[in-house]
Amino acid sequence: MAKTGQRPLSPHLTIWRWGPHMLVSILHRVTGDGMAIFGGLGLVWWLCAIASGPAGYANFRYYAWEAAAGDTWGLVVNIFCRIVMIGLTWAFFEHLFSGLRHFVLDIGAGYELRANRRWSIILVVAAILATVALWGWLLFGKGV
Amino acid sequence: MGNGTKVGQVRGLGSAHKGTHHFTAQRVTAVGNALLVTWLLISVVTLPSYDYATVTGWLAQPIVAVPMILLLVSVFQHIRLGLQVAVEDYVHDDGLKFATLMLVNFYAIAAVAFGIFSVLKIALAGSSL
Repeated sequence: MAKTGQRPLSPHLTIWRWGPHMLVSILHRVTGDGMAIFGGLGLVWWLCAIASGPAGYANFRYYAWEAAAGDTWGLVVNIFCRIVMIGLTWAFFEHLFSGLRHFVLDIGAGYELRANRRWSIILVVAAILATVALWGWLLFGKGV
Repeated sequence: MGNGTKVGQVRGLGSAHKGTHHFTAQRVTAVGNALLVTWLLISVVTLPSYDYATVTGWLAQPIVAVPMILLLVSVFQHIRLGLQVAVEDYVHDDGLKFATLMLVNFYAIAAVAFGIFSVLKIALAGSSL
């Protein structure tokens, strides 16, 4: 921006309250950056582990999911990895749904206050429901 | 870049007919990710088991290895662009911003290289493992 000197700020900048659209915007960034780091590293860790052979992959599975019952450190890593995996699936659904919302906003639609608010609430709820449905099926239906 | 007139101070910093490249690339890779990551999620959760033979047998197929490589390219390009925006928004010190953006680029490029190499190794050398 060119040098503007002391320009007055809009008085409305300090007057705001939480709304679903703000939540969606912030969640889009948080889930995106979270997946960029934890999801990106996890994906590459998984692929490298498979490529390094049966022992490397067994080591990955041990720490990611199924450490031995007596191995406290391994079980702590398991819990962390499970939370990350469930978190990443939620982040994926949230980021996918809010990303689709961005496509709609990009073409200039969906800015009406009621519609914007309604879709913001719907997609946050949908992301949680999709995560619960997927992990419910994985843990209790498929039995991983 | 001139330093005399107002237009001289901004010339070369603003629209150089490249201003929309980041925006467009972020959306193009977003479409790629929406398709490819959804495919990966469905494929992985429906695998019959997660033992070594099943996972390598699945990943070695061309119909899996190629989308996985496309996914790595699309996802890490999207990650690079997305993290760049976050850094530009929150890191205000010029030197630290430069270093962080460099780290973001190194991370994304290294990750995609490790990922593609792994997929190729599994797909092309799978029988010898």
